[in-house]
Amino acid sequence: MPLSSADFSAIWLTVKLASLTTVILLLIGTPIALWLSRTRSWWRGPIGAIVALPLVLPPTVIGFYLLLTMGPNGYVGQFTQWLGLGTLTFSFAGLVIGSVIYSMPFVVQPLQNAFAAIGTRPLEVAATLRANPWDTFFTVTLPLARPGFITAAILGFAHTVGEFGVVLMIGGNIPDKTRVVSVQIYDHVEAMEYAQAHWLAGAMVVFAFVVLLALYSSRKTRMGWS
Amino acid sequence: MKIHAPRLAVLVAALAFGSAQADEVQVAVAANFTAPIQAIAADFEKDTGHKLVASYGATGQFYTQIKNGAPFEVFLSADDTTAKKLENEGDTVKGSRFTYAVGTLALWSAKDGYVDAKGEVLKGNQFKHLSIANPKAAPYGLAATQVLARQGLTEQVKDKLVEGQNITQTYQFVSTGNAELGFVALSQIYKDGKVTHGSAWIVPASLHDPIKQDAVILNKGKDNAAAKAFIDYLKGPKAAAVIKSYGYEL
Repeated sequence: MPLSSADFSAIWLTVKLASLTTVILLLIGTPIALWLSRTRSWWRGPIGAIVALPLVLPPTVIGFYLLLTMGPNGYVGQFTQWLGLGTLTFSFAGLVIGSVIYSMPFVVQPLQNAFAAIGTRPLEVAATLRANPWDTFFTVTLPLARPGFITAAILGFAHTVGEFGVVLMIGGNIPDKTRVVSVQIYDHVEAMEYAQAHWLAGAMVVFAFVVLLALYSSRKTRMGWS
Repeated sequence: MKIHAPRLAVLVAALAFGSAQADEVQVAVAANFTAPIQAIAADFEKDTGHKLVASYGATGQFYTQIKNGAPFEVFLSADDTTAKKLENEGDTVKGSRFTYAVGTLALWSAKDGYVDAKGEVLKGNQFKHLSIANPKAAPYGLAATQVLARQGLTEQVKDKLVEGQNITQTYQFVSTGNAELGFVALSQIYKDGKVTHGSAWIVPASLHDPIKQDAVILNKGKDNAAAKAFIDYLKGPKAAAVIKSYGYEL
């Protein structure tokens, strides 16, 4: 068997982290994207820029600040300790928070584009038919934005699977808690276990290719470029 | 723009000779030796006129990079096995390997008075996180697991271990307070014969296998006078004094 049980638990942990992150991001990303696509407020620029920051920042910057703020002397760390939760570094919950920040633009931006593409016209029509805003959202906006949601979910999931720097900085390499696949590969390479590194790294390449293939194929044929 | 031919010639010549003279040496340095090498490099550059360019990282990672054509000319490993392996595989200049330092392990906390002089705090088990370097890749991590094993604490602390990918990250987890204590290299917290901050137990060498740190000249540095000069300098009394002042043995 080329993969050890440690490798499999790293894979399982990664899938768990990426799934949870994607669900959370769809829940909090939808209102943010909706607001960004509709608002004429002055805040649109700054908020949009903050959401997009992880696209540009090296993961080490995000990891470094998370390590400091979630640590026992940081604001977040003092708050979580006050709540009796302890600190979030070296924990799965900490990784989820880091991943949500890290993958935020990959979910918000496709959603924002999808909402913007719908425009205001269908919503106005719905309003003239006496649909309240919630009805409109669930019966008009959501179905029309479905391709955007699919793209957002795929990109959010895949980008979290590809996360390395943030996890490295705040994770502490703990089996079943913070040792995800990318870290496990790094461990194998550092320990000169190239055969095991190849199996995992090769699997990552195949995974990434299949995900992007699915995304780009479906875009061309059904969705157009959103 | 009109190009001034003689001036261009001088510029080209300067660039060409600059590299041909090869008075710059690229050194891969194990992370635990970061602080001493900075002090040694400054002296070395002043005394010899050569220039030292240092890269810091984990020994295992350097091994992979060296095997794949990294431009390093000298390698200061954190162990003796990796340097030996490179030597056996024909990647080093024959006869260049020597032990430049023997590392000392320390149990350290950023908090004053947290770690007692005998390391009893480990047995007390009142901490949440104990930071060690990845034992698969970092010699200080391996030594830390040996210390825990010899004290019969392996099982007791198993769920409290957090791993840094190298000794620098291990130190960082402790210095930021995210881990209350951790096994770091004494060199990271030691200057001029004393621990600079926090509290520490300097682990007796009898509790783990010696952390011999070997240096080699790599094939890329074969014809570089600066590489040879640096190795000689590292063996000299001035470097030895610096190395000792950071808590290493020789």
